[in-house]
Amino acid sequence: MLSALQTPRSLSRFPLLHSPKPFLFHSSSTCRFSSRPLPYYASLTDQSTPTSTSPPQSQIVNTRHALLSGRVTATELAESYLNRLRLTEPHLKSFLHVSDSVLREAQEVDRKIAGNEAVGPFAGVLVGVKDNLCTADMPSTGGSRILEGYRPPFDATAVKRVKDLGGIVIGKTNMDEFGMGSTTEDSAFQVTSNPWDVSRVPGGSSGGSAAAVSAKQCMVSLGSDTGGSVRQPASFCGVVGLKPTYGRVSRFGLMAYASSLDVVGCFGSSVADAGILLHAIAGQDRFDATTSKQDVPNFIPHFAPVSSLESKPLKGLRIGLIRETLEDGVDTGVVSAIRAAALHFEELGCSVNEVSLPSFSLGLPAYYILASSESSSNLSRYDGVRYGNQVFADELNSLYGDSRAEGFGSEVKMRILMGTYALSAGYYDAYYKRAQQVRTIIRNSFKEALNQNDILISPAAPSPAYKIGEKKNDPLAMYAGDIMTVNVNLAGLPALVLPCGFVEGGTAGLPIGLQMIGAAFNEGELLRVGHIFEQTLEDCRFVPPIIADNVPC
Amino acid sequence: MASTIFRSFQVHPFLLYPTSLLGRRNGVLYCTMKTTQSQPATQEKHSPQTKVSSSSTQSKKLNKIAEDYEAVIGIETHVQLSTLTKAFCGCPYNYGSPPNTCVCPICMGLPGALPVLNSRVIAFAVKLGLALNCKLSLNSKFDRKQYFYPDLPKGYQISQFDVPIASGGYIDVDIPVEYGGGHKKFGITRVHMEEDAGKLLHADNGTYSQVDLNRAGVPLLEIVSEPDMRNGIEAAEYAAELQRLVRYLRVSNGNMQEGSLRCDVNVSVRPIGQSKFGTKVEIKNLNSFSSVSRAIDFEISRQVQLHREGQEDQIVQETRLWEEGAQASTKKTVTMRKKEGLSDYRYFPEPDLPMVILSQEYVDDIQNSLPELPEIKRRRYEKMGLSMQDVLFLANDKNIADFFDATIAKGADTKLAANWIMGDIAAFMKNEKLTINDIKLTPEELSELIASIKDGVISGKIGKEILFELLAKGGTVKGLIEEKDLVQITDPAEIEKMVEKVVAENPKQLEQYRGGKTKLQGFFAGQVMKLSKGKANPGILNKILLQKLNSKN
Repeated sequence: MLSALQTPRSLSRFPLLHSPKPFLFHSSSTCRFSSRPLPYYASLTDQSTPTSTSPPQSQIVNTRHALLSGRVTATELAESYLNRLRLTEPHLKSFLHVSDSVLREAQEVDRKIAGNEAVGPFAGVLVGVKDNLCTADMPSTGGSRILEGYRPPFDATAVKRVKDLGGIVIGKTNMDEFGMGSTTEDSAFQVTSNPWDVSRVPGGSSGGSAAAVSAKQCMVSLGSDTGGSVRQPASFCGVVGLKPTYGRVSRFGLMAYASSLDVVGCFGSSVADAGILLHAIAGQDRFDATTSKQDVPNFIPHFAPVSSLESKPLKGLRIGLIRETLEDGVDTGVVSAIRAAALHFEELGCSVNEVSLPSFSLGLPAYYILASSESSSNLSRYDGVRYGNQVFADELNSLYGDSRAEGFGSEVKMRILMGTYALSAGYYDAYYKRAQQVRTIIRNSFKEALNQNDILISPAAPSPAYKIGEKKNDPLAMYAGDIMTVNVNLAGLPALVLPCGFVEGGTAGLPIGLQMIGAAFNEGELLRVGHIFEQTLEDCRFVPPIIADNVPC
Repeated sequence: MASTIFRSFQVHPFLLYPTSLLGRRNGVLYCTMKTTQSQPATQEKHSPQTKVSSSSTQSKKLNKIAEDYEAVIGIETHVQLSTLTKAFCGCPYNYGSPPNTCVCPICMGLPGALPVLNSRVIAFAVKLGLALNCKLSLNSKFDRKQYFYPDLPKGYQISQFDVPIASGGYIDVDIPVEYGGGHKKFGITRVHMEEDAGKLLHADNGTYSQVDLNRAGVPLLEIVSEPDMRNGIEAAEYAAELQRLVRYLRVSNGNMQEGSLRCDVNVSVRPIGQSKFGTKVEIKNLNSFSSVSRAIDFEISRQVQLHREGQEDQIVQETRLWEEGAQASTKKTVTMRKKEGLSDYRYFPEPDLPMVILSQEYVDDIQNSLPELPEIKRRRYEKMGLSMQDVLFLANDKNIADFFDATIAKGADTKLAANWIMGDIAAFMKNEKLTINDIKLTPEELSELIASIKDGVISGKIGKEILFELLAKGGTVKGLIEEKDLVQITDPAEIEKMVEKVVAENPKQLEQYRGGKTKLQGFFAGQVMKLSKGKANPGILNKILLQKLNSKN
């Protein structure tokens, strides 16, 4: 049940990094899987106290029921989350800004409920928002010095939709500057730690959003995914990360990194939460011409309690395991976790076959050329003329040069330079154009593979979370870590990452994420299958040690 | 300091930081200031710029040099579209609004803002493309043209690069009779859509500059001609015909003073017989047709002079500014900036906007809705038997042409209608500074007036009197004739009585007449007319008068 319903226990034992959690630690790389739905699995609406091994429940739905039934107030909930945030934040540093109006907004929810006024489905739900999503009432820096203190005059569409449904933005989460990075170490302001082991990175670029959900500093969070920036940190932090189809969610108000690849994504501690959050933010937006007219189906029926499922709930589903994602360069622990997940799918009734995507390895160079090229253009607006940091200079070129030299970090500068080079006269055909051709090949090979399979699976990252600083000075090694995810962005497809097991590391093991890739605009199927997988995963509880003592669920 | 300029920004205190201070040492900035300041303060909404004039001395000089050298002229024209809102956002644009009052996050290029195309821009582009006899690209796209300048908020201009919406057309031009007349066909290379930039405003003391983004994002069509023109008159006529077209199509007000129609001309000179083009020079700051014509003729003379002196290597690829001095000797082109190689704009497809796909049906609908275009109109008028001067006058302004067409549609004689419009009506409009839409006279009444004179209901003299009444106050011809009792006397018996009376009252003059002083017929006619209060039909009057004067009894 909701941890927040209980008075938070003293966290005087912080940091809890060295206290082993026997029920969490697995020397083997996999969890046990149950092929049969267990009778005690709680339904979405069931408020029974879960056991330590019970699968995750929807915090959004539980919050709603708890609030409407009067068992808890939004204010109490908000206070408990804020308390935990305050206690964990010195260790994690996942937030760049914490809202000062959370309690006020929570009181407003309580006032409405008390007055029998209608409240939205997200009433009282505490949402973390990646700092590259514009918020009108909070600073939005995109993790960059050049926008330090910048306050946008409008809310990003995704943020606005969550707020319109009653959601409370708890704060802005840390990220690699403008989304350029895989560890959140390239934030201009602070380095976020992984809640599973604070000496490790949370992944990136949405590391703050992933860590915040993992450490229950918020219930769900918004991130953005250009080359894996939602999925890889979800994998590193043991949470669910959903990258929707390109065009599914409006990018209006998302500070552009690579416009043809960027999508706003969702983090939750359960598949249901990620799906419910997606439903809230998805759909056509007149402020983003690249959003799709496709209807957003109701995903809720997909999150039925497992007790209602038959023994082989995924009978007939064709799963394709991408061979190239389990080859050289992928940690053995990751490979065995994914193979175990494949077995679990078989137990659920799926047919699992290996598929080959020969163009898979081409994705990484193509991605870095396209993303850098677009970013070199998208970041041109940060010139110090209208907003953001301006360095005074007595002539124009120095104003530009100095403002940008001081405002941007080195990773951003490197990518701007690479992108400018790739788009330059004489190089365009060899780089940008060629990368676009590769993109078409990749898109077609995914299409073919998804004709023969309903869902493709792969690891979300070739390794679990690594140490802070480990790859900081080796950009190529860090770029290589994106191999599992960039192809999906190039193809514009939806993908769901959910924790499927552990490998050794830290005090309690490190989570491993399974990536499921679906056909365009078929997030519903990913969520349905992901939910069944998650709910039938036995003996796995993805609560990081930093809060394990504090949070029973 | 920046308070007036950023007035609107300060309404939203944290929306914007007025940090647009730029040094003035930069040569480019300095020149731009001159352009903005040279704009006249008073603006007429729809000032007709019919006549293209050229200083006669220069023309003579040209005639001399034209024997050995040939000029090659191409023109790039930017036409500001009169859509209600800007190209990619919902801001209205009104020329002359206080700085930064027609702006929003999108046209200001704030982080996270995205462009959404105004579909009217496409409709206008298709209209002009069809009117210029171009081939339309059913699939075109937008590209980003990248460069840094403070008036360009995003650091790139949304434009079209390799696939313009229309290309390969031509325009028909009739050279005015006073410049030798004749028909010319000039090629149109391409028409593409793009957005305008803002404006820099430079402080009087020269210590800082400010940015006005009202114009940023206003839709433009850029029309590039083939290098088909050979002298200033041809170039000015080309521009005048473009202005006529955009006004006929109602896609722009075509006003050069406001900058709604801007011409940049490229001029090169080569010895006759040489096939290779000479070095081309671009001329800017041309805000009337006469400045187009004069600047080109000046530039041709300058270049030919350099050729003559064997100094053609002094002609360098550069942008020159046309300076309109008070005397002929101070009108000249001066160097604005030298081109240092080709600038690399690093064009690439705009990822924020979908492709522009036109259906044949859409194009056909627009084709069928096009009004009669100036060229067709001129040929039609020509076939009616009107002189070339009449044709050019009437077809120059669509409103006048419509008035003329409506008049003859009511049955008026073509030549008479043309004479009335070009004569007394045009003079009235000029004196009163009115357009044809402002006058009270309707085509129906003009037709009625012409018919009344032709049928002898009123005399031509009375017709003229009535006309001014109709122009200034309105009303109907019939009403005025009745009201003022102006019907012509055509009854011979009545006129005979008056003649007899006058003859009887002037025996002395009659004697002189009969004695051979036949010039006195005019005296008698005048007396009769006076007696009839001007209403006697002059033909009948004279006929009867002669009979009476010459009869022997």
